[in-house]
Amino acid sequence: MAVDALKLDNVTKNFSGTEIIRGLNLSVAKDERHAVIGPNGAGKSTAYNLITGRYQVSSGKVFLNGEDITNLQPYEVKRKGLSRSFQITNIFPKMSVFENVRCSLLWAMGYKYSFWHMVGSQSKLNNDAEEIIEELNLKDRRNTLAGVLSYAEQRALEIGITIAGGSEVILLDEPTAGMSVSETEYIVGLIRKVTEGKTLLVVEHDMGVVFDLADRISVLVYGEIIATGTPTEVKENQAVQEAYLGAAMEEH
Amino acid sequence: MTNYSMKNGAISSSVPWIISAVILIILPFIFTGGGSITIMNQIGITIVLAMSYNMLLGQGGMLSFGHAVYMGIGGFVAVHVMNIVENEYLWLPLPLLPLVGGLVGLGFATIIGSFSTRKAGTVFAMISLGIGELIAACCIIITVFFGGEEGISGDRTMAPPTFGIEFITQKEVYFLIAFWVLLSTFCMYLFTQTPVGKMANAVRDNPERAEFVGYSMRWVRYVSFCAAGFFAGIAGALFAINYEILTEQNLNLNMSFQVLLATYIGGVGFFLGPVFGAILFTLLQTVIGLQTDLWALYTGIVFILMVMFLPTGLTGLFAMHLIPLQLGRFGLLIKPYSKIFLPGLVFLLGTIALIELINHVRHHGEEQFMTLFWIEFDTRAFLPWILFSLMTIVGFYLSRIFAREVAEAWGEATYIEGERR
Amino acid sequence: MDLFVINIIDGLIYGLLLFMLSSGLTLIFSMMGVLNLSHAAFYMLGAYLAYQISVITGFWVGLIVAPILVTILGAGVERYGLRRVHQYGHVPELIFTFGLFFVIEELVQYIWGRSMVNYSSPESLDFIAFSLAGGTIPAYKVFMLLISVGIFVALYYVLARTRIGMIIQAALSYPKTVEALGHNVPLVFMGVFGVGTGLAGLAGVIAGPSLTTFPGMAFLLGSIVFVCVVVGGLGSLSGAFIASLLIGWLQTFAASYNVGAADILIAMGYEFPKDVYYHPWRDLWTLTLPQIGPILPYILLILVLVFKPNGLFGKRET
Repeated sequence: MAVDALKLDNVTKNFSGTEIIRGLNLSVAKDERHAVIGPNGAGKSTAYNLITGRYQVSSGKVFLNGEDITNLQPYEVKRKGLSRSFQITNIFPKMSVFENVRCSLLWAMGYKYSFWHMVGSQSKLNNDAEEIIEELNLKDRRNTLAGVLSYAEQRALEIGITIAGGSEVILLDEPTAGMSVSETEYIVGLIRKVTEGKTLLVVEHDMGVVFDLADRISVLVYGEIIATGTPTEVKENQAVQEAYLGAAMEEH
Repeated sequence: MTNYSMKNGAISSSVPWIISAVILIILPFIFTGGGSITIMNQIGITIVLAMSYNMLLGQGGMLSFGHAVYMGIGGFVAVHVMNIVENEYLWLPLPLLPLVGGLVGLGFATIIGSFSTRKAGTVFAMISLGIGELIAACCIIITVFFGGEEGISGDRTMAPPTFGIEFITQKEVYFLIAFWVLLSTFCMYLFTQTPVGKMANAVRDNPERAEFVGYSMRWVRYVSFCAAGFFAGIAGALFAINYEILTEQNLNLNMSFQVLLATYIGGVGFFLGPVFGAILFTLLQTVIGLQTDLWALYTGIVFILMVMFLPTGLTGLFAMHLIPLQLGRFGLLIKPYSKIFLPGLVFLLGTIALIELINHVRHHGEEQFMTLFWIEFDTRAFLPWILFSLMTIVGFYLSRIFAREVAEAWGEATYIEGERR
Repeated sequence: MDLFVINIIDGLIYGLLLFMLSSGLTLIFSMMGVLNLSHAAFYMLGAYLAYQISVITGFWVGLIVAPILVTILGAGVERYGLRRVHQYGHVPELIFTFGLFFVIEELVQYIWGRSMVNYSSPESLDFIAFSLAGGTIPAYKVFMLLISVGIFVALYYVLARTRIGMIIQAALSYPKTVEALGHNVPLVFMGVFGVGTGLAGLAGVIAGPSLTTFPGMAFLLGSIVFVCVVVGGLGSLSGAFIASLLIGWLQTFAASYNVGAADILIAMGYEFPKDVYYHPWRDLWTLTLPQIGPILPYILLILVLVFKPNGLFGKRET
């Protein structure tokens, strides 16, 4: 059996005594598109923060391609090939769109803390950045400060920063939150395009998006995964319907 | 920007540097007075210092209250080296001395930065304040190195001559300083174009996100911090060469505040902001400082007002006007600007006159007459009091009315659809 | 032994004075997230205003009126200055208060001149309260002690027993939640800034006659107060209290015990150099404890920030 791209082994997290994540087990196979759904406060964002080193786990292990990455620093996790986006737009507001993307490429292209390269003359770096901007459909916003972009454009840039540098495993946190229907379509199309051939884990509230995008779905309720399976399996799962999906499905 | 072929880029980007070099060479032949060369030397030193400070505050988002320390330490060591060279224990031509100062600044920053750059924000600011106070206090205690209250002094002319130049005149020193100003500015510019320089901006904007693109914010800050220390040290050695003396006053909190002030007035968000800030600040200090003993009060008030109303500094003010210029709507601004000019000026003159008048009566009351704006008048008569008060009140009232027109015209001139402001 | 007791009392008075400043600073920081670097300038303003009032009406009116004036000034600074800068973020706020420190310092010199003013304790307190063999404690110091303890008790009462105190306490730990509960945050900010600076003003009023009222007084005490709040842990009132007393005693004892490095070096078996003023280690040989007293707080500050960045008692991330 092939090694999972991302594997959480009995991960727990408590904040001053309160258990938010209670024994989380999750396996995401290579090249799979995996969605995590669950009601508000189920611990989805917390799980992301535990995987990416923003929080320290209380117990359990996190593996990336079989390698233990538990409690590494965020930058170490990124260097191992895992990249994430944020629920609340998290970009570099006072830098241009181009600079945003180019900065996200620097480490992956091996520049590290160099103060002897001039970024302006690194043609591969700049061309790659231009390509990503083109993919994001932000070409005419190339020199605009990221902070003044429209919301949907900022969300697109957020995804651009996440995928730049070619991480193999991509974690997206509610990429379509707060968007209109047409904006959602644009973002979903974008996600599909830029995560081609990569492992994707996505937290999302919009069930339309989830069923459209995901190969497999995990349902997270009160810090535990109560079901995992293909969209159809999950839809038909009794426990899921009781706990969560029933109410959500009626809404849609 | 879009041009990656190195050849064209190199030629077009070298033009501003060549122009700057030419200007620096011509300047002492335009302003030939000894006084003006002294001021230009001071400006040059302040430019290097303010630009190095901007590497922290503007580019790296680190607010330091003790930047003068790195200049001071570099300067003190430079004076000691000058004395060693004078006693012929060491052979070192004077133009290389700034390198020594820079290395000392770098070394000191390497030590302090290793723990102070762990966090930005308030913790970094407080550590810088603590270090600043500590070193300033040590100046009095460690007299072997700092020379106590009198400081230490040296003689730059005792170094081995460089191509026959012994740096006796101010003009010779000017060219030495100008060379280092240009070189340091160029190097600092190059630094902003490196990966770590770009990431310094990213860490300033959003340290957390910077970690998620693979960079440790601490290391990025540390590298910037060391580089800033290096250039501050160069400024210190230039100071040592120019004044041949260093005292506690060159590295205390007051001096650090002046660095912050000069940089901020120029505009922290822009690479060239500190250059304008250093020029303006030094001119204010020397020219206005000769006219009134209240110059520190005036610059302090200007500084506070700028923090409140113009956080982007003077360069930001110019940059703001590029938008209406590009949109072709600059014409909308001309009328309201010309309307507010006169009342604004009247208000300004009235306020300054009142402040000076009160100062004269309170602290030099025994002299009945005072001179202000080249006019002598009787401070005990009613007329000046009434006139200045009227100028202040009327000027303020009219300015407020016209300010609304300016604001409206501004909104109209800079409106762009679809951008969040 | 008597010297020891007198130092304990002197250090306590100094420490409580520091706490009057550091408590206001802590409250402001906890509520608004901004470290008010101009805090000591309001302390100086308090002393100078009280001096000006005392010239006209005597000490006691100044004791009441000057802190109120400083409170109003502080509230005005928040309302018309800081609130505007708040939108730009924390770094500009710090810069603003830092600049304000220097402007107030210049203003004080503009109004009252560059030399010290003759602000003295009232005649009714010009007697020696009690004496111990070798030293005396003047009545004014006892008065300072009483005021400081009074303020401390009042502050404790307000924080622990009143509704507004509950809100402030809650804001110490959960500032965002308090905001969400719908308290008039701008008004609370203005009030807290006013009261905080007012406390500093009161400290100035009572310290002015004892520590002399001169334009450098803010600078002299200011950085020490920051050391207190940072060492105690930003946002922790009890931390500020303990750190204030600690530094009060540290400085008082360091100033009064004339231990020289020479004594220690000789005890360690080194020989005192003949011509010490030309000796390369002359600074070490002539170093005394009172000399390094003033820098001890800064060393403490740096050590704490390096090894315990949240301060000794701080819980909040700074």
